[in-house]
Amino acid sequence: MSSEPLVRWDWLFAHLGPIADRMGQHLYLAGIAVGLGFAISFALAAVSIRRRRLYPFVTLLATAAYTIPSFALFAALVPVTGLTVLTAEIPLVLYTFVLFVPNIVAGFDSVPWDVLDAADGMGFTRGQRWWRVELPLAVPLVVAGLRLASVSTIGLVTVSAILGDSLGGLGYYILDGYHRHFTTEILVGGLLSIALAVFADVAFVLLQRFLTPWAARRTEKARWT
Amino acid sequence: MTAAGRGHARAASLEFRGVTKRYRDAAGADGAAARGAVNDLSFEVPAGAICVLVGPSGCGKTTSLKMVNRLIEPTAGEILLDGANVMTEDVTALRRRIGYVIQQVGLFPHLTVGRNVAVIPALVGWSEDRQQARTDELLSLVGLDPAQYRSRYPAQLSGGERQRVGVARALAADPPLMLMDEPFAAVDPIVRERLQDEFLRLQRELAKTILFVTHDVDEAIKMGDLIAVMEEGGRLAQFGPPDQVLAHPASDFVARFVGADRGLKRLSLVTIGDLKLEPAPDRPGLPAFRPETSLRDALSVLLVADARGGIALDDAGRPRGFVTVDAIASALAEDRPGRLPA
Repeated sequence: MSSEPLVRWDWLFAHLGPIADRMGQHLYLAGIAVGLGFAISFALAAVSIRRRRLYPFVTLLATAAYTIPSFALFAALVPVTGLTVLTAEIPLVLYTFVLFVPNIVAGFDSVPWDVLDAADGMGFTRGQRWWRVELPLAVPLVVAGLRLASVSTIGLVTVSAILGDSLGGLGYYILDGYHRHFTTEILVGGLLSIALAVFADVAFVLLQRFLTPWAARRTEKARWT
Repeated sequence: MTAAGRGHARAASLEFRGVTKRYRDAAGADGAAARGAVNDLSFEVPAGAICVLVGPSGCGKTTSLKMVNRLIEPTAGEILLDGANVMTEDVTALRRRIGYVIQQVGLFPHLTVGRNVAVIPALVGWSEDRQQARTDELLSLVGLDPAQYRSRYPAQLSGGERQRVGVARALAADPPLMLMDEPFAAVDPIVRERLQDEFLRLQRELAKTILFVTHDVDEAIKMGDLIAVMEEGGRLAQFGPPDQVLAHPASDFVARFVGADRGLKRLSLVTIGDLKLEPAPDRPGLPAFRPETSLRDALSVLLVADARGGIALDDAGRPRGFVTVDAIASALAEDRPGRLPA
């Protein structure tokens, strides 16, 4: 026992295939949650923008959902939806609201009123104004929400491993390693989860640079003057 | 210009006929006196003229401007563009043939200068080549080198440059009418004066009909062929050429609003070249004035130099006549017809 090395490389190399599968599942579970969460949050944000009085209630519900411990929520859903992907996704989706909705609302709020006034005055239709002006200008904050939600969700996916071996992505290794007192597995699960989160964050930063070259130019100008 | 080939009207006449806008005040009663309300406004602007709406803040001048392109809808009365009520036209089509320039410029921060200028041509489906040609033409027109500015973003421009782009963008579809809401108010006085001068030079070429809002009397006098002085409650206090408003204020309000120095302001409207003069005496050492010098500047020079008179030059720089303080003073007594386009 005491001679056990920190990392058993032989185990690692023998399990590259399953590890890759778990990574794929991890991204799949996180991807569904972020995608679905984004779509629902966008609708909630749209309602909140149009009916400002509803915004505090939407925020309250999103925050309330976020306060439920993930471990407890997964467990509570098992009697209802069983040990299924649905049970894993419901909490993951719920947790994204509190990250998405305020960022999306703030994104559309950040569009300067003079820009909207100019667009209206020049004869943009409502649809043209939304697609060509409001949405592009909301992108930086919307992407900020995507970064937060993806990092947070990739972390939370590991917890869904408590729903059984068929779920949890890389979380399976963390849980399994914990049960077996096998450090290599815990490290593989933990470090690769972190790597995925960093990867997702960097990917969204690059996406934002690509979508908003104008925002980069602004900082450039600020640096040189 | 591109528009001539398309057979567009270069300028349209504009008429306000009994235009009223009421806002309900906080108490819920009809508040004719609420900020921005407009009360039975009637005036006519001939095609190709600059009409300036001027008045204290809250007098309804911006409301009046925004009723032309229907960003605000009037409670009563009608606004006629080339004789047609603006309320009867499709609102999007109407707005696309009216140029719109605002104080904060409202450039699209996510689009390059070129894309900003071509935004309406792009919406109505011009070809890329035609958009690009029009953009370059307009940037040159407002004094920005297309090669240097076309691909910049608004955040990389100075305030004055932004406002030039704003004017270019408003001109893109060659509108017969331009609405300009305090377009030069956000830049410093030196840039403002240069933008005003350049815009007047541009307007001599373009001859658009322009409705221009400002709270600055000096700007109104400088820019306007006609000025509409508005007072609180959205009433028209006086309408006419600047010289007439300065010479004969219609009310105490107008007299106070244009200022106690309205005599001097009138002098700034008249140039040395406008004066009928006695022959110049053959005396060396007198100040000399070019024809485009305003009487106000000439008077100032004479007072500072403590001279009884100066030499007025003609366009070729030859002495044309003798300018005296008396001659300048008597110019104030005359009524001038203004400079409305024929």
